[in-house]
This record gives sequence, structure tokens and C-alpha cells, in this order.
Amino acid sequence: MAAILFTLAMSGALVLWANADVASAYVAIYEGALGSRFAITETLTRATPLMLTGLAVAVAFRARLYNIGAEGQLYLGAVAAVAASIAMTNEASELALPTVIAFPIMIAAGALAGATLLLVPTLLKTRFKVDEVVTTLLLNFIALLFVSLLLDGSLKDPTAMGWPQSPTLPSELEFSKLVERGRVHTGLLFAVVLALILSFVIRYTRFGLAMRAVGANDRAAAFAGIGVNATLVKVALISGALAGLAGVGEVAGRTGYVTLDMSPGYGYSGIVIAMLAGLSPIGVIFAAIFVGATIVGADAMSRSVNVPTYIADVIVATALIAVLVASLLTKYRVRWR
Amino acid sequence: MTELLALLIDQAFWVAVLRIATPLIFGTLGVLLCERAGVLNLGIEGIMVAGAFIGWLTVHSGGGLWTGVLAAAIAGGILGALHALLVVRLPLSQHVAGLGITLFATSLSYFAYRVLFPKVDSPPKVEAFSEMRWLPIPVLAEQTPLTLFAILLVPAIWYLLYRTPLGLALRAVGESPYAVEAQGIDVIRLRSGAVIAGSALMGIAGSFLTLAAFNSFFFNMVNGRGWICVALIVFASWRPGKALIGALLFAFFDAAQLRLQQSGGGVLPYQLYLMLPYVLSIVALVLVARKAAYPQALMQTYVKGSR
Repeated sequence: MAAILFTLAMSGALVLWANADVASAYVAIYEGALGSRFAITETLTRATPLMLTGLAVAVAFRARLYNIGAEGQLYLGAVAAVAASIAMTNEASELALPTVIAFPIMIAAGALAGATLLLVPTLLKTRFKVDEVVTTLLLNFIALLFVSLLLDGSLKDPTAMGWPQSPTLPSELEFSKLVERGRVHTGLLFAVVLALILSFVIRYTRFGLAMRAVGANDRAAAFAGIGVNATLVKVALISGALAGLAGVGEVAGRTGYVTLDMSPGYGYSGIVIAMLAGLSPIGVIFAAIFVGATIVGADAMSRSVNVPTYIADVIVATALIAVLVASLLTKYRVRWR
Repeated sequence: MTELLALLIDQAFWVAVLRIATPLIFGTLGVLLCERAGVLNLGIEGIMVAGAFIGWLTVHSGGGLWTGVLAAAIAGGILGALHALLVVRLPLSQHVAGLGITLFATSLSYFAYRVLFPKVDSPPKVEAFSEMRWLPIPVLAEQTPLTLFAILLVPAIWYLLYRTPLGLALRAVGESPYAVEAQGIDVIRLRSGAVIAGSALMGIAGSFLTLAAFNSFFFNMVNGRGWICVALIVFASWRPGKALIGALLFAFFDAAQLRLQQSGGGVLPYQLYLMLPYVLSIVALVLVARKAAYPQALMQTYVKGSR
């Protein structure tokens, strides 16, 4: 509660600084994010990739595998989906395979690409004890440059007038829309179902127990007969695949093609979302909607009352820090000095 | 091969190496102070953005260049104090708090920039540091005083760490905080001080970008340099001298990559050249990882009196 008030006060002060009326700014954020049917569909559209990257991070962090590379995994997933779809089309740019076969192949390609990108730093961690935080961070830059390379080369859309942009997916492979006149797509349902499955897996399966044990204390887990490295590799495959799916969802559900500004840091926001959710998959659903609403609302507000959109990131960052502190204060009784 | 040799005797090349290395020296020394005290500071990327912005803003609004550097250091110190509050005084996850600081500092800087300069097409410029032409040392004379400052900071930090009681305590607190506690030293104050000082250096690293390397502030200008410093410190096995060598080595490859990009243009896609520094950082990490002598208590939270 105090965390929410603190966040509101902080962002209110910033709005004031930008010479705008605080009350009307908050109304604008609310209206823009949740005030109309269209606003809600926009918020859910934003929340879809955020849910998947949030899940990717939550799963990895549970096993104390610090995957900071969801951004790169998302881009590789998106590019792989497009590449797979190109491989499955004939000269007349029609699908050479029936949709029921081509669709899962596209999704698997994206998931596989994301998983592979996270597998590299995870193997470096298990084999050579290289800290995965730095390697996953650096791989984000490498992945983005790699995507840029592809968009300039073999995956360039010749009709895009020189813009680094991939060809558009065939329409059969696009996710269908959930509502009329909105951009929200079946990727959302996909993400929610995955969250429910993950929640079940973490709580009730042997693998989930192994994962939590490794995260809580890897040496104790090893004593208990759990294969720590094998568990980490499996977790990495799941986490990377989820982030890759976020990329597939963006391509197949929203844009239709890959550009270099496709994700405004969804991978990094995934970390915030996972933490806001206390690493719980179900919590990720709600945290992703909160962050999605903040971004969409702040966009709307910046148009109406002229406050820079970067306020969305400030709100999210402040909320993260405030929630972390608040959760700690409820757990412990901190005495000053 | 001859191309490479020509490069090695080209003075302009070495000037570029030193210029690229400077923010990395500041940043890596900042990381060194934090990690030697046992605190991972992933806030570095955001602290560099804040330092770049505040340093530039101070000069733009009429302050002197060194005032700008000082302001950047103070901004870094404040963010460091926030990080210390979260992970030293409160036992929060150092990974998450650091990333939170990066997100917070980056977005706040961008927000402030947009509030203060709502509609500018070309970023406003300031009069940046000029080269030290009076210096009789060839390559260094082409650098700004900040580079000299960075290089002099290396022995200074070495002296602090290895020749003073404070340095001894600081290194000890990164190895075993409870042993330091038993010595009657306030672990929380010591660790917080190290994080604040280290973060101030990270702020200066950022200010180099806007006050020496370039003369204006623009988005994404830090572009992963902070993360590179976090990798460099492992490569440098947490030693100031090796940190300098690591930064120079990295800058050497980065400058070589830039040069090859210009001369061999068109042979390979330019993205491959840009990837090279990041790939090399990872390779370097793999090479040293097995024998990396991490400070024993790095990322270990300390709760007063819990042992």
C-alpha cells in the first residue's frame, strides 16, 4: 500500500515538474489504459509479450539462473519465426504446407531460437563457471546486431524501400484477433495458459521441486540427489523458449514483420514484471497487465497533457523498487540502527 | 598483416584506443570498488547515463567543465547511496536492485532531458574539454584531462586498497563481512561507502562521454559500456592495474574494429565488426572464468549480528 502511494507521489512530482496538472495526468493515464474498450484491448496487447518475457525471467530466477537476456531471445524468436515461414513458402509466396503443420513449425522455430540463445550462457555457466549475468547481457547486443545483419541481408524485405525490415508473414500464419477493431490477439490466451501450466509444473511436479531446490540452495539440492546442471539446462531451455515465443507473438500477432525497434525493452521489463510478481507465474499475468497499462496510459497521457512518455519507465522502476522494499519490510521487522 | 603493422605505428590509432578506454577505466575502477567490498552493482549502466546527463546539463546551464564532472560524480554517488540502502542496509537481491537502479536512472535521465528540451532536433552542444596540447607526451597530448585523471586514478586506487587500513578493511569486507564485524568495524558503513565511491566513479565515466568524447547528450549513448565494465572486472581479477590493462585491451580491439570497418568496408557486413567487442568480452570471461578469484563474499548479504 505504502509502495503504491510512494510510486504515485514520485510520478506526481515528475508530472508537476513537466508543468502539467497531476490530477488530469492520472485521469489521462487511466483513461488511456483502461478507460474504454479500445484502451483495454491496447493494454492487453502490450501485456502479451510482457507476460511471456515475465514468465521467462520468473522461471529462470526461480532456479537462480539470472537470465537478463530475454530481449535478445525475443528478437531471435521473432526472426526465426519469419525465417521459418519464408522457408515454408513457395515462389508465389504462398504457404507450401498446410497451415496446421506450418503454424506449429513457426512457433517451434521461435521457441527453439530463444532457447538456443540462452543455452549458450547456461552451458558456459555449468561447464566453465562463467557468470551468466554478464554473458546474457552482452548477448543481447550481439543478438540485436545479428538481427540487424539479417535485416540488411538475407531477410531484407525488398519492397520495404530500403528500411531494415523483414518480409511480412503470410496471413495464414498470423494469430487471429480476439475482438473486432482491436489489436489484441490469441497470443494473450497462449500466454495465460502457459502461465497456468508453469504454475502447476513449479508447484506439483518433480521437475518443479528440483528447480525450486536448485534456486534455494544448489549445494543442498546436489546432496539431495538433484542434478543441478541438468536442471539449470532444462530451466534455460524453458526460459529461452518463453522469451522466443514473446518474439513470435509480436511478429505473428501484432506487426507481421521484424524491425529493429520491435521491442521497446520487453525483455528488460520482463525482469521487473517477474520481480513485481514475486516470481509467481500467476502473479506475472497481473504484473504484466499493470506494466502494459502503465505504458499504454503514459503514451496516451503524453499526447494529451504533454508529459514525456519516458515517465512510464520511471513509474515502473519506482514501483519495482518500492515493491521490493515493501515486501521486505513485511517479511522482516527492520530496526534502524 | 601489413595493415595491422601500419595500424600499430599509427599515432591516431593509439589516440583512439586511449579515448575509448577512458570511460571503461573509470567504470571498471568503480565496479572494482563495489565488488571488492562484496557488492555487485548492476546499476552501472544507468549511473553512467545519469552521469552523462547531469555532467552535460551542469555545463550546459553555465557550470564549468570540472563542476560538471563533480556534479556527475555526486549524481552517481546519490544513486550509489540508493543502491547501498537497498542491498547493504536492506538485504535485497543485488541483481534485481541493480537492474532497478539502471532502469530508474536511465528513464529519469531521459525523462528530464525531454522535459527540459522538449523539441530539439539536433541535441544542444556544450564546449567540451580540449586536448592537453601542452603535454610533451605524444599520444596523451591528444587526450582531454579526464583521460589523465583516469590513468592517475589507477595507482591511487591501488594505494588505497593495498597500502591503507581502510583499503585492507574494504578488501576484507568483500571476503568475509562477519570477520570484519568481529574486528569492530561497521560493515554496513564500509560497504555503503565503497558502493557510493564506486558509483561516483561510474558517474564520472558517464560524464566523459558528454564532456570529452562528444559534446552533447543523446539517447542510448552509453550503449552497454557499463555492462562491459562488469565483464572487464572479472577479466582483471579485481585488480586496479589489470583493470587498466583490460580496459586498454578492450579499447584496442574496439578501435581496431572501427578502423577495419572503414578500410575494409563492404567486405563483411558492418554488424560483424560491431559484434566483435561483445564477443571478445565473452571469450575473455570464458578464458579466465576457471581461475577467477571472485571476492568470496560477493553478492553475499550481510545481516548485522546474524552470526
